[in-house]
Amino acid sequence: MKSFSNTYIFVFSTVMVAMVAILLSFVAEQLRPAQNKNREIEKKYEILRSVGKGQNYSKEKDKAAYIEGEYSKYITGSFVIDSAGNKKEGLDAFNINQKLELSKPLREMNLPVFVFTGDDSINRYVFPLTGKGLWGPIWGYVSLNDDYNTIYGAVFAHKGETPGLGAEINQPFFQVQFINKKIMDDKGDLVSVRVVKGGADPDDIHAVNAISGGTITSVAVQNMMKACLTNYKYYFKSLKTGQNE
Amino acid sequence: MSEKEPLLSKKNLKLVKDPLNENNPITVQVLGICSALAVTVKMKPAFVMAVSVTAVLAASNVVYSLVRNYIPPRIRIIVQLTIIATMVILVDEILKAYVYEISKQLSVFVGLIITNCILMGRLEAFANANKPWPSFMDALGNGAGYGLILITVSFFRELLGSGTVWGYPILEKIGVYNTGYVNNGFITLPPMALVLVGLIIWLQRSRFRNLIEKV
Repeated sequence: MKSFSNTYIFVFSTVMVAMVAILLSFVAEQLRPAQNKNREIEKKYEILRSVGKGQNYSKEKDKAAYIEGEYSKYITGSFVIDSAGNKKEGLDAFNINQKLELSKPLREMNLPVFVFTGDDSINRYVFPLTGKGLWGPIWGYVSLNDDYNTIYGAVFAHKGETPGLGAEINQPFFQVQFINKKIMDDKGDLVSVRVVKGGADPDDIHAVNAISGGTITSVAVQNMMKACLTNYKYYFKSLKTGQNE
Repeated sequence: MSEKEPLLSKKNLKLVKDPLNENNPITVQVLGICSALAVTVKMKPAFVMAVSVTAVLAASNVVYSLVRNYIPPRIRIIVQLTIIATMVILVDEILKAYVYEISKQLSVFVGLIITNCILMGRLEAFANANKPWPSFMDALGNGAGYGLILITVSFFRELLGSGTVWGYPILEKIGVYNTGYVNNGFITLPPMALVLVGLIIWLQRSRFRNLIEKV
């Protein structure tokens, strides 16, 4: 066996590490636009699903073009509000980093709203959700009818919840339960939707079934939804009073 | 060596052929079992995993073999890890950019290629002492042998667990469900993959008796 001096070993490792670092940062820079595009399409697809659109996704050949087309057709507007419900100018709702916003004090939060105009030309509103699951982040989108109370649709996604248990929150059977549930009680307080272990009463307009074996993740969805919608509380209120006048 | 060996000589082809059966990385060398259990629920991710492992292994084997004479033996394991890790990050970035859906399904498993024993095993056992071309052939063979088992296991797990083959709902199409058959959810859990790999090892050794270890 050849023997190598300590100096050689040091030089060899330094050169190797430098070469690897240069190569990897170069590749990461080159591929970043394509990767960001994929994330953008994924987000648009999730927003579309929360209003029941994009259902041909799995059949389409050019998925990106399909999603872009549907998105520009149905998502007719988006804006950013503050926690008092006033519109903020000069911000792009799509590119708001939700996680960052939620770490700010309530008064400084930028809250995005997406407007969906269906084939019946009625407007519905999509609100993004972000929260913590059992193992990692969970997120989703919930769309409300123009009474700002009845849920029109909801999607949830996760980074790494337990397969077959908590991970099921991204399945339709869990998500369709939220449709037509109400987030406000009779007094107009925001109560959101509870998940009930062992099965919810089907007549309860504020409750859905939790996932068996996935209780922690189900409860995380419940908390995420309540926490995120609460930020929009004054916005909902201002719209309600606006309608009464 | 006096005369140049042809690229596809018998010896080189043997490097590709052996790992498919008599020296299979999973069933005979018993390397890379962990990922064989994790990514074989559906055929598509299993196939992508097999291709990714083969690509990483081929690239690492060739690179390592090219520099094998300059690597100080005292730090060779670290060098092996660095090379493998670099290749894995490259594959991960490329998957994220061009096949995003599949990269999401594979999620952590791509990162775990680094810990796949086949990689370090082949680098240490083969590329360490052989020229780049045979090392490349060795990587192809072992990658294919690994892929063969992955595809076989995932075929049965997908068919029995989800009733589909490559995402195609074959059992539904031929009407098996009407007879009262239901998918076996248990098959989709990792322990059943271990049982399937065990069955494959059993079948293989009862056909090729020379593989049975002498006690």
